[in-house]
Amino acid sequence: MQLDAKVPEGAIDEKWENHKFDVRLVNPNNKRKFKIIIVGTGLAGASAAATLGELGYNVEAFTFHDTARRAHSIAAQGGINAAKNYHNDGDSVFRLFYDTVKGGDYRSREANVYRLADASLAIIDQATAQGVPFAREYGGLLDNRSFGGAQVSRTFYSRGQTGQQLLLGAYSALMRQVEAGTVKVHTRAEMLDIVVKDGRAVGIVVRDLVTGEVTSHSAHAVVLATGGYSNVYYLSTNAMACNVTAIWRAHRKGAAFANPCYTQIHPTCIPASDEFQSKLTLMSESLRNDGRIWVPKNADDKRPPNQIPPEDRDYYLERIYPAFGNLVPRDVASRASKRMVDAGKGVGPLENGVYLDFATSIEREGKQTIEERYGNLFEMYNRITDENPYEVPMRIYPAPHYTMGGLWVDYNLMTTIPGLYAIGEANFSDHGANRLGASALMQGLADGYFVLPYTIGDYLADYLNTEPVPTDDPAFSEVRSEVDERVKGYLATHGSRSVDWFHKELGKIMLDQCGMSRSEAGLQKALSDIPALYEEFKSDVKVLGSDDSLNQSLERAARVEDFFELAQAMCVDALNREESCGGHFREEYQTEEGEALRDDENFTNVSAWEWSGDPANPTLNVEPLDFEYVKLTTRSYK
Amino acid sequence: MNITLQVWRQDGPGVTGGFKTYQVTDVSPEMSFLEMLDLLNERLTNQGEEPVAFDHDCREGICGTCGVMINGQAHGPQLGTATCQLHMRKFQDGATIVVEPWRATGFPILRDLVVDRSAFDRIMEAGGYITVDTGSAPDANLIPVPKPVADTAFDAAACIGCGACVAACPNGAANLFTAAKVSHLNLLPQGQAERWTRTERMVEIMEEFFGSCTNHGECEKACPKSISIDFIAMMNADYVKAKFKNRRLLAQRG
Repeated sequence: MQLDAKVPEGAIDEKWENHKFDVRLVNPNNKRKFKIIIVGTGLAGASAAATLGELGYNVEAFTFHDTARRAHSIAAQGGINAAKNYHNDGDSVFRLFYDTVKGGDYRSREANVYRLADASLAIIDQATAQGVPFAREYGGLLDNRSFGGAQVSRTFYSRGQTGQQLLLGAYSALMRQVEAGTVKVHTRAEMLDIVVKDGRAVGIVVRDLVTGEVTSHSAHAVVLATGGYSNVYYLSTNAMACNVTAIWRAHRKGAAFANPCYTQIHPTCIPASDEFQSKLTLMSESLRNDGRIWVPKNADDKRPPNQIPPEDRDYYLERIYPAFGNLVPRDVASRASKRMVDAGKGVGPLENGVYLDFATSIEREGKQTIEERYGNLFEMYNRITDENPYEVPMRIYPAPHYTMGGLWVDYNLMTTIPGLYAIGEANFSDHGANRLGASALMQGLADGYFVLPYTIGDYLADYLNTEPVPTDDPAFSEVRSEVDERVKGYLATHGSRSVDWFHKELGKIMLDQCGMSRSEAGLQKALSDIPALYEEFKSDVKVLGSDDSLNQSLERAARVEDFFELAQAMCVDALNREESCGGHFREEYQTEEGEALRDDENFTNVSAWEWSGDPANPTLNVEPLDFEYVKLTTRSYK
Repeated sequence: MNITLQVWRQDGPGVTGGFKTYQVTDVSPEMSFLEMLDLLNERLTNQGEEPVAFDHDCREGICGTCGVMINGQAHGPQLGTATCQLHMRKFQDGATIVVEPWRATGFPILRDLVVDRSAFDRIMEAGGYITVDTGSAPDANLIPVPKPVADTAFDAAACIGCGACVAACPNGAANLFTAAKVSHLNLLPQGQAERWTRTERMVEIMEEFFGSCTNHGECEKACPKSISIDFIAMMNADYVKAKFKNRRLLAQRG
């Protein structure tokens, strides 16, 4: 497979401008002749669908939710970065670019990241004009806050619901285009496969989740905006329906999957409370500004937290990382917590958490100040745990949260299948091995509003005055019958265990062996355990009901099956990457102090895996990464 | 805990449904209400009975996908809480809990506890936006918005579109939902250009699908984001004004 990133010539700040001039355009009257399918209506999908509709393209958007506004982008709390420099603190597009490349541990593509930082400016303008109620100061201008991994205030926010407000903005733009007739939204419609003919993406096969009907949809180009795959761990901060199916099916049809092992584990989530736990709830990273993290020094110390005197507490982040203390980056904080719990010092009924204690801050600043800063988070914590964090320290533990890996895309956001694009969390391109806080929203919207609408025309220009492949073409009917067979197969298995049981078991393996820290032995074990469990799934899964009505177990069965294959690719990738970088920590590659040790000589590259037919043996392709503008250094937070 | 559930089961749209009683034993008080339904479904599957269909997704009270009537209350007994954030510790051991889908003509039942809320999208299409093509926006700080105005707009914008307001309303009215959407945009300076057309169109599409508001105030109590019915008053005032303003605009154009 030939990987051509198509990075334009020129200085870093000129590449995108040059490229916009060089790509071919489609004249306004011709745009309506092109049909574009967009799968997923989160930040990336909704913004792309709305913008392409405004431009005059004929767009069909698909979501498995009951309305386009439910996508998991809605749950993002903290904010969105933009290099506006409204606070005159020395921010610039170059600084945001630099911070993002460094935060990603030097495993992202410079040209893409620079373009992202550049687009951040227009995103804030666009969202504000749509009526997104960003936080404001008393003079009426926009407020900012600071976030991890940056030394400037560049994060725009809407209380703790920034993702919700940005998604509602994109959704409203989408609804406007539905009314205008340029976009048609299909709800409760799940894409189950992609159709490729003569090497090009020509359409998708979709199952109607209410009637069970499997239908074909053809277009000149297909865009996947279907999010990340953290749910492979079963317990994650992702919504219950988040899945890998759309991008995994594209992978099986020839799209390279890049860096599947790059996953982000968020350090501040509420620990699981019992075996029936269905998902983990994230508490904003901003809490670490005022909370102190600790565990009892002695693993046998079972006293309630308030009865443990200071001398018997281990404020381990402050002890190990005196310079950054409780504000070390996400990956560092997560691993430190895991080490404490693994050493038997975990707290709470299941001994699966560490304390995040606000007593010092409350004493210093007063309860009222803390309440103003974090009132809604404290309330949420109380609602879930029934404990009062003003009086008893919070219990937190890391949880899978975001996946930096995804479909490999070139500078145009096109995958290795011509005509197939991947945007937002579904692609791999901008965050390297670790994503900085408040950058996910930025990337989803940059891709959808400001990148894809320019680059897609370059591909479409070749197909002017051609009709999309008709849906009665054998290419479609073949895929449709494959999908049909697959769906019926789950119902015909008549096994003894539920889909959720398998998903939970798979999640345990992945969390233990391919989670916060990975080792060769563990990954090898996972690579023998996962296929065994997968075989069991195929012969013993129990799905009741029929395929011609709303059947939620059936929906999940198809998603979990794809997770089984993805999990193997993640372990293979983690095994292959013999270094530690960002969210990928290999126990064999660490400094004497237990910090991540990169191998820049051999691994300054992207691993793009190609489907070979065997999920445990994909073919490796490598895209080398060049750093012309950011110098590679070791991240140190001590 | 041990719970007796009376759950509405219905095989599909337009099919006759009915209550079925299930005993759910060994419920942990730490479970959320939806995790308790997961447990029921796991056991039903093992016994060979089809699991209960219910809508849910983020399970942290923000996506608005979930929501059922619990003992006749939309989202259950806890104020300002979506079903996914309600925990079993709020119920007594041995309690009988009646679980129904949203009760409203505007939300036809699809199966068991799942309803069709697509009428909300129709209301949004009618004007729940500010017309601004991508790329045409001026600098974000060009128009200052007084903080109290921005904060009030946010209070309205916090709506998660779950439909509890409609389900709780004796008339099945969607005024709180529509008012939240209308007020969010009508309060902001950016939303002024389309204020009157937006209000008129959204209210009239709303009336096509839903009942009429008679100020019971049940919607505010049921709303998981505690959105105030003051917004309904604002919408009503704007609707009346819109009737005059839109006619005058029309006359000027004529």
